[in-house]
Amino acid sequence: MILHTVNRAPGSHAALQQCIQALSGPAALLLIEDGVYGATPAFTRLFHRLDGTVHCYVLAADLQARGIDALVDGRFQVIDDAAFVQLSLDCDKMVAWY
Amino acid sequence: MKIAVLVYGSPTASSAAATAYRYARAAIGLGHQITRVFFYGEGVHGASALAAPPQDEVNWGQRWQQLAQEHEIEMIVCIAAALRRGVLNQQEAQRHGKSAANLAAGFELSGLGQLADAALNSDRLITFGG
Repeated sequence: MILHTVNRAPGSHAALQQCIQALSGPAALLLIEDGVYGATPAFTRLFHRLDGTVHCYVLAADLQARGIDALVDGRFQVIDDAAFVQLSLDCDKMVAWY
Repeated sequence: MKIAVLVYGSPTASSAAATAYRYARAAIGLGHQITRVFFYGEGVHGASALAAPPQDEVNWGQRWQQLAQEHEIEMIVCIAAALRRGVLNQQEAQRHGKSAANLAAGFELSGLGQLADAALNSDRLITFGG
């Protein structure tokens, strides 16, 4: 399984859209840094093509830093830095989209 | 597990240095080993000893120095990326006729072979883009 990280906001950069287009499961998608804006309901439609084999995560500290931790779409599991480490070890490889 | 970290992002224009640092601390906290941190592209600015951010901002170069010292982490800076951005050690400053060197203590200039080696000899290579 591949871990994909996206650190760019979907409103200002194509990284998330490109990542989603390239994704096929089983995979893990983790939104970090400005990428966490992608976990808000405004961008839900971007994720419609993903099936249940793509697990979506978002980094808690980056949500909190931007004050949007209460706006996370239900598709996402909020994880802390330790869980990020564990996720990166549970996956065989990592692709960083930025 | 052995984990290598690759930092592409500038310490001032991106969050890459901060996220990578938090990741490294969390990994160490879970008992894993950070074998090497490789600074590439704009990430090399984090190795400048001359960076003087305001007191209410984090000096990521210093944070990496402390973490590396505490946990014996190799911090390699891509030499080609560093030279073109004005991050030089004493030897390169002399070679290129520059009046000063600014590579911070604890960082080492080296080539991409060190990145390949880190990828081969670590269980994971984790990239933080700019």
